[in-house]
Amino acid sequence: MKGLIHVMAALAVMGLAFWAYQENYKTQQALREVRGLHAQIGAAHARLGVLRAEWAYLNRPDRLRDLAGLNFDRLGLLPLKPEGFGSIGAVAYPIPALLPITDPVEISSDAMNPGEEPL
Amino acid sequence: MIRRPLRPLARILKARERGENPDSIARENLRLRHEEMRDKARNRAEGRLLVLGMTFFLAFSMIGARMGALANMPAQEPRSTASGSPIIGQRADITDRNGRLLATNFETYALYAQPPQMIDPARAAHELVAIFPELNEERLLRDFTGERRFLWVRRQISPEQMQAVHDIGDPGLLFGPREMRLYPNGSLAAHILGGASYGREGVDSAEVIGVAGVERQFDAFLRDPANEGAPLELSIDLTVQAAMEQVLHGGMVMMNAKGATAIIMDVHTGEILAMASLPDFDPNSRPAVLTTGDQSDSPLFNRAVQGVYELGSVFKVFAVAQAIELGLANAQTMVDTRGPMTWGRFRIRDFRNYGAALSATDIIVKSSNIGTARLALMVGIDRQRAFLERLGFLAPTTVEMVEAPTGAPLLPRQWSEISLMTISYGHGLSVSPLHLAAGYASLLNGGTRVQPTLLRQDGPQNGERIVSEEVSATMRAMLRQVVTRGTASFAEVAGYEVGGKTGTADKPRPTGGYYPDKVIATFAGVFPTSAPRYVIIVTLDEPVETSGAEPRRTAGWTAVPVAAEMIRRTAPLLGLRPVIETSDLAGVTLTSN
Repeated sequence: MKGLIHVMAALAVMGLAFWAYQENYKTQQALREVRGLHAQIGAAHARLGVLRAEWAYLNRPDRLRDLAGLNFDRLGLLPLKPEGFGSIGAVAYPIPALLPITDPVEISSDAMNPGEEPL
Repeated sequence: MIRRPLRPLARILKARERGENPDSIARENLRLRHEEMRDKARNRAEGRLLVLGMTFFLAFSMIGARMGALANMPAQEPRSTASGSPIIGQRADITDRNGRLLATNFETYALYAQPPQMIDPARAAHELVAIFPELNEERLLRDFTGERRFLWVRRQISPEQMQAVHDIGDPGLLFGPREMRLYPNGSLAAHILGGASYGREGVDSAEVIGVAGVERQFDAFLRDPANEGAPLELSIDLTVQAAMEQVLHGGMVMMNAKGATAIIMDVHTGEILAMASLPDFDPNSRPAVLTTGDQSDSPLFNRAVQGVYELGSVFKVFAVAQAIELGLANAQTMVDTRGPMTWGRFRIRDFRNYGAALSATDIIVKSSNIGTARLALMVGIDRQRAFLERLGFLAPTTVEMVEAPTGAPLLPRQWSEISLMTISYGHGLSVSPLHLAAGYASLLNGGTRVQPTLLRQDGPQNGERIVSEEVSATMRAMLRQVVTRGTASFAEVAGYEVGGKTGTADKPRPTGGYYPDKVIATFAGVFPTSAPRYVIIVTLDEPVETSGAEPRRTAGWTAVPVAAEMIRRTAPLLGLRPVIETSDLAGVTLTSN
């Protein structure tokens, strides 16, 4: 009985040692992955920063103003002026669509005299 | 342990029987015993030696193995295992109120040289000068072939330049990574942003520190990793700032001014939406500080915050407002304006003679020095001083710029009655245009104190009450009349109910007295006057308008048209709709049926 307990204990120690060994390596692997991901995120951030800077640089007001001036014939962009605002009352109502013709009257110009003006 | 006796009785007796010497037996046994003892001691010593040898062998082999392992391991940076975000860049961005970038970081490289590793210094120097024409080839060659073991060649290089230097192929030319501060909008809002440069510098990194403006003021905030890269949000609106700078630059050129400054400020929150000072500079390559001459001639000088000027008639508003607030007058009170007004050996004159008396409103509309001085006399020295102090005119502004304390107002040495009168119409007290903007905002927003700020705010400041709401409304009505029928008629922008006051102040000579032909022309306005939202200040330094027969220098001809164009351009960008003003129809009487 005592021998069996000793054997079991030895097996348990060996099993735990194996488990600890594996966990250790898994942890190290996970840390390596995290480091790699951090490096990737850092690189992505740097890239994002460059893109944001480039976006801001390409959208700087001076350049947009010059581009609007260069392409005036195509785009017709002007600085926003007070005259650009309108009131809703100044917008015309849309012309209502014609109602469908329900009882058509057939007319023909066949019987018209040669000199007569059409309607 | 049983010891064998040296003289065993049985053997001795036997030996005696045989006639042998029993002593030989004793000696023999003694010898055997000694041998046994010797063998035992030797065994023990050998065992100990073996253990000791094994221990030393294991220890040395372990150290050896570890050293071998360390020597063969690939190089690895020591890393801290602390959690947190290791990704955030060195310095936070600065954005405008809508999140558009004003300053950001850019990864670049610095070029340095290690002459001992150089193969062909002469060729390297020659090729470097071909890439960077501003370098001196002789000096480079002297450095490369001299005693020096390390030198910086360039602090920042572009990727193309880096490739070109790489293509030289000299192992003594090396690159160190750098973070560079980038201002993508160039000179836009240059004075507000200030600029950045390098602090402590190493091969692998360098510290970016702010040198002026908000970069310096918020240096600790921008570098604080606890913010997790949150940007610094300014109150500036990029589009408004751009439009304002364009108009201001155009105005400065047209009016032949040597400098100009403009501020647009929210009257309730104190947020500065746009602030410019011309001439300006590019913060990406900040010019050097002037070492000789007047600092105010440098493009680095921020006229809006650092420049203190006698701003002239724009100050009359405060004298009249205080007189009305104290109940000494109302908008219709007639004030004696017969001139010239003599006080001791001083004489106060008006631009032209306005007759015997003007109402308080007309004193503002026609800008009468004499009338304002008489109102100021009614107010008195102590009350005037206290009023101006509450409006913030006696201390530097609290705006969040490192330059703000340098814009300290110049006060009269002794606040005499003459000072009382001259200050009432804007002479004898020098303040910055930003002081004026804050003062106008405090007076016209309904009468509560506003502190100028460059940081985005979420709500009105609700500061200390300066004047009552009625007085504030009265002053706005007066300023509106200055535009409709007074000195600032060019400021009329249809739909925006602009109200404002002009100020033309002679420039003081450094030696004393005033220049006859140099003025500071200022327009200080508010729009819309019925529901005030923004205050605008435009100041031109030494403007002269030459379209007429004789040169005109008054603010009505110089600063006011610039301000009007500025309002026309920026008000729609600020989201203000033009309103149709309803005025009482003259000569029409409503009757009931």
